[in-house]
Amino acid sequence: MHAPGSALPEILVAGVGLTPIGEHWEKSLRSIALEAMTAAVEDAGGLRPQALFVGNMLAPALSAQTHLGVLLADFAGWRGIEAATYEAAGASGGVALRQAVLALASGEMDRVMVVGVEKLTDRIGSSVEAALAAAADADFEAVQGLTPAAQAGLLMRRYIHEHHVPEHGFAGFSLTAHANAVGNPRALYRRAIRLEDYASAPMLSDPLNLFDAAPVADGAAAILLTRGDRHRPAGERTPIRILASAVATGPLALHDQPDPLGFEAALISAGRAMAQAGMAARDIDLFELHDVFSIYAALALESAGFAERGQGWRLAAEGEISRTGRIPISTLGGSKARGDAGGATGVYQAVEVVLQLQGRAGEAQVPEAQVGMGQCLGGAGATVATHILARADRL
Amino acid sequence: MTNHAPMLKPVQDVGIVGYGAYIPRYRLPAREVARLWKSEEGGLPIREKAVAGLDEDVVTMSIEAARNTLARAGISPSEIRAVWVGSESHPYAVKPTSTIVAEAIGAVPHTQAADWQFACKAGTEAVQAAIGMVGSGMAHYTLAIGMDTAQGRPGDALEYTAGAGGAAFLLGPAAESLTIIEGSYSFVSDTPDFWRRANERYPEHGQRFTGEPAYFKHIEAAAHTLMEALGSMPADYAYAVFHQPNTKFPQRVAKTLGFRPEQISAGLLVPLIGNTYAGSALVGLTAVLDVADPGVRILVVSFGSGAGSDAFSLRTTERLAGRQGLAPTTQDYVARRTEIDYATYSRYRGKLVMK
Repeated sequence: MHAPGSALPEILVAGVGLTPIGEHWEKSLRSIALEAMTAAVEDAGGLRPQALFVGNMLAPALSAQTHLGVLLADFAGWRGIEAATYEAAGASGGVALRQAVLALASGEMDRVMVVGVEKLTDRIGSSVEAALAAAADADFEAVQGLTPAAQAGLLMRRYIHEHHVPEHGFAGFSLTAHANAVGNPRALYRRAIRLEDYASAPMLSDPLNLFDAAPVADGAAAILLTRGDRHRPAGERTPIRILASAVATGPLALHDQPDPLGFEAALISAGRAMAQAGMAARDIDLFELHDVFSIYAALALESAGFAERGQGWRLAAEGEISRTGRIPISTLGGSKARGDAGGATGVYQAVEVVLQLQGRAGEAQVPEAQVGMGQCLGGAGATVATHILARADRL
Repeated sequence: MTNHAPMLKPVQDVGIVGYGAYIPRYRLPAREVARLWKSEEGGLPIREKAVAGLDEDVVTMSIEAARNTLARAGISPSEIRAVWVGSESHPYAVKPTSTIVAEAIGAVPHTQAADWQFACKAGTEAVQAAIGMVGSGMAHYTLAIGMDTAQGRPGDALEYTAGAGGAAFLLGPAAESLTIIEGSYSFVSDTPDFWRRANERYPEHGQRFTGEPAYFKHIEAAAHTLMEALGSMPADYAYAVFHQPNTKFPQRVAKTLGFRPEQISAGLLVPLIGNTYAGSALVGLTAVLDVADPGVRILVVSFGSGAGSDAFSLRTTERLAGRQGLAPTTQDYVARRTEIDYATYSRYRGKLVMK
């Protein structure tokens, strides 16, 4: 039954749903998750899932809530279905999506909902930073005061040193993300920025400035998947298939990584996904990578094979990552400008790839996109989940 | 019975019979705070803030404003039936500010006295209650004061703006008033955007949460509801005064509501005296009354964290002319200025721990 080119059985996208990323002070975690799930069900013509896979990182720390699987299944009116949460820091959404793919591929299920949800704005300041820092090695990194921004700052400093990146060499990532978000009505910051804005931004963790870092905010994204041989989505819409799903891990602590700039887990994850899809980097039309920090965007491009080592920043500097460039990234703003909803990111990326492949991205549409890749990161690239999706009518 | 009647309107018409401001003379420039704490992200929120001197507190400052008010009202203090002080810097946790003020101005003993607390709208809350006190016929005159020597934790964003000052208003019958209260309204919700717990020296705040869901939501709702109930439009008002935690917020809320910059400029004191908390909207109103002609309308909307807004629609009368000069104007106080550095500020505000 395996279609040529992919090692997976035919897994199709039945429907997708997104909430805008923002400071949703008036809404609870369950409300924003329900918004996305309801939208996905509507998008799928009312299809009810057999199981709910939740991707979330911070609910225990910031909402004092565990047990999101049943919370959201119950709130959605799906009592009785199988439901559980998957946590892998910023990669939680991608890992939950991977679990859904496995459940479908195993033949055990044929209709599965994945929702990524994060609620950060019920807490402020240091408590949010501390919760985010818990994604690193708590005993050896977080306790020393190493925050995600500090980790990224260390890697960026090393990268600049090793690869002789000129001043503001990373600016292109931020500028492109902001320019792309203008066309995304669900983005947090729909405002283009200029090089001067980037250059004058306050420093977060030298050399990482405010515009090298993604803003964290609330959001939820949902995707409803089916096995193509048992349930084919109805209607006129372009069918989208998940061709590959891969999760890889590396050392958790930055100091345990033998080659921190090698971004090893991303290399393995992207490599496995491309092998599964029977594709190479040149076959990918757009790449929703996890630009939580601009340095990670450069490293992700390199580890996935879109640039040589040390050259990823040049793609941004030379305009190759724009929607009409060689490898469009952050096409709807990415984490930098669409906003970063922590563990929901992997599902946001998958949904955004679907919107692009189906020609539903509006002003942010990438022309002629047929194959898209999403990749989310947990910590400083310690867990990496990669998915490749394609238009099923063009395979 | 639900309380959905939108506008507050007393049985008998009430107005402001006298008003008076007080702003201490010391000024701490915001650049001086930035010099010490190395933070100027997004520019400075104001130019400078007023700081109370070593021998000043909410009691002494309230007495100053009350005396200015009596000078303009031209009544005997013994006729005052209530003295109310709204503040978040009452010198005592237990022991009223209001009795000291009442005693000092000669309003005791046949008077009611109480302290009010509602973050930055404690002063307008006292005005709101005073309208009821006079409007019901329980009192001929009621004195309502909003005054603060605001606290800001050293290095916190609020330290740039937490200023000192306020104003007093004597509420009385409309027939004797310099300004008639056309109607008022209060809008509150449980919104924890800013607070100071018991026995804490400095307040805490919810950072950006203090903006959209707190300040803007409550002021906009209060202003909209009152204007709708009165059938008035922004263009009907010669002046508008909004609570002033920094320069940007009142400018933005004015624009959103449809007011032009000229309508708020006379009452926008925050760039030069800082956020005077419970005194903020009220001292802005005194600056407007100092320059307003008879027969014009003024909209005042306060905001207090926690959170809520009081909105008042006022119309000046012929009686205002000639009273303005009977006490120092608010701009006289703004101009009376002695600049201090951060070290002097630390001493004046008791920020040095001596034991």
